[in-house]
Amino acid sequence: MRKIVTAVVVVLSLGGLVWAQGSLSGELEIFSWWAGDEGVALQALIDLYESLYPGVQVINATVAGGAGINAKAVLKTRMLGGNPPDSFQVHAGQELIGTWVIAHRMEDLTWLFQQEGWLDAFPSGLIDLISTEEGIWSVPLNIHRSNVLWYIPENLEKWGVQVPATWEEFLQIAPVLQEKGVIPLALGRNWTASHLWESVALSVLGPDGWEALWKGELSFTDPKVIEVWDLFGRILEYTNEDAPSLSWQQAVDMVVNGTAAFNVMGDWAAGYMFATLGLEPGVDFGWTPSPGTAGIFMMLSDSFGLPVGAPHRDNAIAWLKVVGSREGQDTFNPLKGSIAARVDSDLTKYNTYLQSAAADWRSNTIVGSLVHGVVANERFMDGFATVMEIFLAGRNSQQAAMAAEAIAIQSGIAK
Amino acid sequence: MKNRRDRLIAVLVITPSVILLGIFVYWFIWRTFYISMTDWGKEAPLAVRPVIRFVGLQNYKELFSGILNGRFRQDLVNTFFFTVLFVSGSLGLGLLLAILLDREPRGEGFFRTLFLFPMSLSFIITGTIWRWLLAPRGGINVLPKLFGLPPFKFEWTSSRTQIFSFNWQDLPRLTALVVAAVLAYLTWRAVRKGRPQRAIVPGLCTAGVVAWYVWGSQLVPPALPYPEIHGFNLAIVGIIIAAIWQFSGYTMALYLAGLRGIPTEVREAARIDGCNELQLYRRVALPMLKPITLSAVIILGHISLKTFDLVFAMTGPDHASTDMPSVLMFVKTFRGNQFAEGAGIAVVLFILVAMVVIPYLAWSLRERSSL
Repeated sequence: MRKIVTAVVVVLSLGGLVWAQGSLSGELEIFSWWAGDEGVALQALIDLYESLYPGVQVINATVAGGAGINAKAVLKTRMLGGNPPDSFQVHAGQELIGTWVIAHRMEDLTWLFQQEGWLDAFPSGLIDLISTEEGIWSVPLNIHRSNVLWYIPENLEKWGVQVPATWEEFLQIAPVLQEKGVIPLALGRNWTASHLWESVALSVLGPDGWEALWKGELSFTDPKVIEVWDLFGRILEYTNEDAPSLSWQQAVDMVVNGTAAFNVMGDWAAGYMFATLGLEPGVDFGWTPSPGTAGIFMMLSDSFGLPVGAPHRDNAIAWLKVVGSREGQDTFNPLKGSIAARVDSDLTKYNTYLQSAAADWRSNTIVGSLVHGVVANERFMDGFATVMEIFLAGRNSQQAAMAAEAIAIQSGIAK
Repeated sequence: MKNRRDRLIAVLVITPSVILLGIFVYWFIWRTFYISMTDWGKEAPLAVRPVIRFVGLQNYKELFSGILNGRFRQDLVNTFFFTVLFVSGSLGLGLLLAILLDREPRGEGFFRTLFLFPMSLSFIITGTIWRWLLAPRGGINVLPKLFGLPPFKFEWTSSRTQIFSFNWQDLPRLTALVVAAVLAYLTWRAVRKGRPQRAIVPGLCTAGVVAWYVWGSQLVPPALPYPEIHGFNLAIVGIIIAAIWQFSGYTMALYLAGLRGIPTEVREAARIDGCNELQLYRRVALPMLKPITLSAVIILGHISLKTFDLVFAMTGPDHASTDMPSVLMFVKTFRGNQFAEGAGIAVVLFILVAMVVIPYLAWSLRERSSL
């Protein structure tokens, strides 16, 4: 009798558990700009969600193109029109705080972090980036690194050059490469130039100077920052002239096919070379922190939040639990070519490059990226694209520095 | 009685569309005007109830003289060159194709469809195709390789070369020169036609403008503390080629319809009077095609002022050399959250398009009422 009762209780409670998970129904709209190669990773995460919550119909509302610019435009019109998706992709940092949190469009997720034990699962520096004094505002899904120099070891050997550890070294070997008819550094359109700039700036200013810049403690017209532009200008001398018509993939292609020697790009380049081009990390292509930034990890992170007024709030919270879970992160990230934001991920699931990135993530000094929404709000980021065009056209450090300072004042970064 | 009922029905039938137009066109235009005179974009622009203050013409002042909006001013210059070259290029090529087809060659129907085909594509597709064709390392540049020649070195849209450079601060003076030239021409024409009394007003105006140019313009303080150089970016040529490729078939169709509309008797008469074929087109056909040219200029002109997708597809959101006001409006508004300044750019575009379209509307309405 007792056994039967126990069995019934066990069955009922198990059933209850299943029922509790299965009880979610209706729809869940996930908004992102992950299509193509990255869409596969998102789909894997959605599949995981659907296997846990079979009653929920997931709507994958991806807006492709323009590295997120199109998606963000659609998202903004939807939010202004009072029609938010259930959860949307947003870069951790100022792109989240400076646009959505100060507008009171997000729900505080502190309770979820406490309930799921995430306060210990994520590095505290990362939690700071998605928090204000009022709360924690999104769940980070992945970590990418911005300051990486890519090359093909075999080609470098052939040309007889070493991987430069500083930009001065690069500037010494660049003329040698040029004489051999090789473009020393491959570059793509506007934003990839800004991407290069942030690595150069980090090498000149160091992590403390970089942080000071965004706290308004270091002026953009400071001689040190003008030095960044000067060095950046000297490096640009060794880039390809057709940069404005190339995407970042095409710039990476130049390195892969031996037209160019190096490329500075975020580590989605590793994902592209590994998954799309089928190259073996560490064998077919090599990497190192961009010159002068050894021991510093310039990060960016995609995260998902809960907008106020999400039409299917319960489903969205279940989604966030999947996003923040170890299983979710280890499902998504090996495919996306990024590392998990959690510190306890199962590294055996990741390729050689990602394992090395994860080791650096746990040991390096962490700073945030400018181009990918961490350190500056969207108003500054938008203005900086124009500053970059001013510099690319005129190559005048003083002028670029003054324009950057003016934008920093407008966007409330400089005091 | 019946008349009144008819009128009632007419009003009833028209009312819904008037209301919808009123809301979705005119109210939105007014709203954009209003937003452009606020500071929406300062703090938390995406809040449910953002703090929006009325600031008058501040945004326009910022756009036309602010240090950071040099990009907007270059965009205006870009639009000017793009519009002039795109419209004249499409008209010229379209007319040429129309004349060729008007000769009724073999397979005319086939060629007509062929030339019209690009029209059916969207600008995004045209832009993507031409981005590939104009890639400095591929496409058109490697064509000579087929014949064993070295590849072209054109940089196309990647070029940062600028010609016809001028200082933005000289714009009022340059405008004065153009106005003076036009007025001087009017004066000269009046004198030549033997109506000297009609030459007095334009003559005096010319003198006034020249006087202002020589003495008055020095009195205007410079808007910026340094010279701001703008000019014609060669990179735009790539965009212009793509746009002409897309629209010359359309102007061809317009012209061809016009040419076919010219009665045979007129052509015969001209020939009997000793016109050769060239003269026939120049002296007879072209003047008769004037209304078509005008409509084509209006249609192409307002399309080119609003160009967005072609540029966005070919060179992305941030290539200043080929940038257009509409692209800047998009990134400023939806990336930089500067709704007020974005609305300001939209209004400037609206006024530019109105300057093209309204005279045309007035002209065609007058034409119709005189019939």
